[in-house]
Amino acid sequence: MKFAYLPLVLAGLASLARPNAVEAQTFAITNAHILSPGPVGEVERGTILVRDGKISSAGANVAVPVGVMIVDAKGNIVTPGLFAVNTALGLVEVSSVDGTLDARTRSTRISAAFDVRYGLNPASTLLPVARLGGITRAVVMPDYDDSNKEREAPFAGKAALISLGQGPNILFKADVGMVLELGEDGAARLGGSRASEFVLLRELFASLKKPWNSDSNWGLSEVDHQVLASVASGRMPLIVIVHRASDIRQVLGFARELGLKVILSGAEEGWQVADEIAMMKVPVLLNPTSNIPSNFDQIGASLRNAAILKAAGVDIAISGNDGGHRVRDMRYNAGLAVSRGLPQSAALEAITLAPARIFGVSNLVGSIESGKLADLVIWDGDPLEALSEPIAIYIDGKQQPMESRATQLGKRYGNRQE
Amino acid sequence: MLAGCAVSANSSSVAGAATLPEPTLSKPKPEAFASTYRAAPAADTAIVGASILTGTGARIDGGTILMTDGKIVAVGRDIEVPASARVIDGTGKWVTPGIIDSHSHLGVFPAPGVDGHADGNENIDPYTAHVWAEHSVWPQDPVFTKARAGGVTSLLVLPGSANLFGGRGVTLKNVPAVTVAQMKFPGAPYTLKMACGENPKGRYGSRGRAPATRMGNVAGFRRSWIDAVEYARKWESYERKRAKGEAAEAPKRDLAMETLSGVLKGEILVQNHCYRADEMAVMLDVGREFDYRTTAFHHAVEGYKIADLLAAEATCVATWATRWGFKMEAFDAIEENAAILASRGVCVAIHSDEQRLIQRLNVETSVALAAGRRAGIDIPQEEAIKWITLNPARIMGVADQTGSLEPGKMADVVLWSRNPFSVYAIAEKVFIDGALIHDTSNPGSIYRSDFELGQSVGEE
Repeated sequence: MKFAYLPLVLAGLASLARPNAVEAQTFAITNAHILSPGPVGEVERGTILVRDGKISSAGANVAVPVGVMIVDAKGNIVTPGLFAVNTALGLVEVSSVDGTLDARTRSTRISAAFDVRYGLNPASTLLPVARLGGITRAVVMPDYDDSNKEREAPFAGKAALISLGQGPNILFKADVGMVLELGEDGAARLGGSRASEFVLLRELFASLKKPWNSDSNWGLSEVDHQVLASVASGRMPLIVIVHRASDIRQVLGFARELGLKVILSGAEEGWQVADEIAMMKVPVLLNPTSNIPSNFDQIGASLRNAAILKAAGVDIAISGNDGGHRVRDMRYNAGLAVSRGLPQSAALEAITLAPARIFGVSNLVGSIESGKLADLVIWDGDPLEALSEPIAIYIDGKQQPMESRATQLGKRYGNRQE
Repeated sequence: MLAGCAVSANSSSVAGAATLPEPTLSKPKPEAFASTYRAAPAADTAIVGASILTGTGARIDGGTILMTDGKIVAVGRDIEVPASARVIDGTGKWVTPGIIDSHSHLGVFPAPGVDGHADGNENIDPYTAHVWAEHSVWPQDPVFTKARAGGVTSLLVLPGSANLFGGRGVTLKNVPAVTVAQMKFPGAPYTLKMACGENPKGRYGSRGRAPATRMGNVAGFRRSWIDAVEYARKWESYERKRAKGEAAEAPKRDLAMETLSGVLKGEILVQNHCYRADEMAVMLDVGREFDYRTTAFHHAVEGYKIADLLAAEATCVATWATRWGFKMEAFDAIEENAAILASRGVCVAIHSDEQRLIQRLNVETSVALAAGRRAGIDIPQEEAIKWITLNPARIMGVADQTGSLEPGKMADVVLWSRNPFSVYAIAEKVFIDGALIHDTSNPGSIYRSDFELGQSVGEE
């Protein structure tokens, strides 16, 4: 029985790989330069007490009970774990290898009911790479497969939240939003024009008020119909990928008219309608470095977008440079937004507490605060700087390995004579 | 420690010309496709009191750089500034050479990226050594200005990588212009884009034609070089006869063969898109078989696996830090690639290949530096700045003219708001040949392309 040894061997390797692993989920991080949104804020010499995987207390004057294991942060910055938005983590391995892509469907039977939770792969090599960027939670969103041009399915499906902690189950929360792309690409799936797009959407939402029937010319399956009912009722947010200012206005009007809860994603021209977005209290997921007029949807794309939206009072969350392999770039993107006028504290919030709030889990994660899950990162410098790296990463109070497939390749070849 | 790439010594001999002049003409014709670049008017300027990363491996704190008539005149601590020079206070700021991108598609895949603008890949045939990227460049691509805002003063614009031979690249000075000739870097050698791996075999194999495999790729290269050797031999024989005064008929010009034979003569630099270590090693053998040098492997995400081989061949690497996993041949890309290569004596450049990345090659370099440090390779910033200045200049064959802050070189200079390896750093002033082309203190002066005029564009 050769294979019986395997789990033991792997377990042995894991402990070798993390000699300082804190197995106990009760410990205290002392001498921590705490940097967090929320009431704790910045504490230059603070302590974070973790009990059973949760933050029990944090701040300048925290008593550490006798016998509790101490992690000395040596004055380094400690932040909440980063919360990534607009990702496909767990749903992709190699972008060009179709068999590894689970973020989209060609099915003509389902669209809105497509559910990313069933595609999640906890063994994905992308997870440790993102984690080494300090990311501990992520929104996983479905995407579109447009290979069948005849398929007019406006919705990509349901998004979910994941934990990047090691373990067999990475699903953190399902059913956190319904993805709908509008604008130029969205219109292509709804009659080929913006002028058809919004008429058809209104008709589709109107059809949800009637009981489902298989003859509906919308071709919605019963399960699509059920899922969309929770969007129509305002329970499940509609995550609308949209870029052009005029399209954003249409979306805001549509949401007001139907009483929908909306999250904007992309919103490159959002700065042009910042006050209207703020007035509707609609949050925005964005990449502040998305400043290329790559099509006629985003002629106004600007590096100032994040700063202008935030100044207008919009809740923003900052993404990385793609949905998978470059999610870790999100903290540099937050730093680049600071260089273009976003306040430093707002930038940190946009990669921690803001996304947690937008996706309804700010009671659990997003800041260093008593009662929240112990997702913590100790950094060797300013977390928004590309020159800085995490020193230690905790998810649910469990210390994570500081390794990925990439770091192992680096070790294998870095010091080798050929 | 850092063995250099060979610098083309007589690059000006091929400046802007078809490589094989027609000798039967009785009177000289004006050079076709010549650079018409003229430096913008430049006031003599001194930046004083800045931290200067010279691009030669030095850092000078509280330093002065003096630019006169578009050239760098002096760099150092105790530089006398002539009364006539405009003085810029650099206290608390940093100065570097102009940033150089050795792999870009600006102008050939411009924004907006609509079909009418897709001019970077002549992807109907794998052998297109006859096309020249400069005949596609749209100088109104709004991204040229955005790259300038990231400090980019020169760039190599290459054809795409769909084909085995993609065509000739063009080296540009990043100045606002109406014609591509006005941007062409005077005296820069031509380059040939080649591509290994998944792109050519995937593009053509899926259409039921060669190449369909990596061995098909290599066979395609070898057959073409055999043709090029034959072509070069015919012209040599003809020229020899003419030199002796014998009657001889000129062979018919062939644009693709002119480019390939230019490589064989050492006049045109090979820029080879290649990801995997094993494939790069094979391509070096192809070079051995036909006696040509590969100036640089581009992307080369597995360069770190053959660092010593690349160092021995004096072949440069132009690569990223953050891009990986988008196809099989990019699955082994690691952030510390550049650091490992540099530590083993390879000339490394960080390149963009991308419209957003070209605006922050400094930050991409920081990612590579941090990853190197994590892996136990601590490379000083004064060395790493070469990855986006001097080393790409070497790859482009212009290191004798730009890429470092040395007297006599072009005054291609960036004044940064702070340490350029910081995400918060902004390129406040960008000088090209001494002329202040981009100045954030005067937003109204920042060039907007014709395309953007009258549209609701934002700042930066």
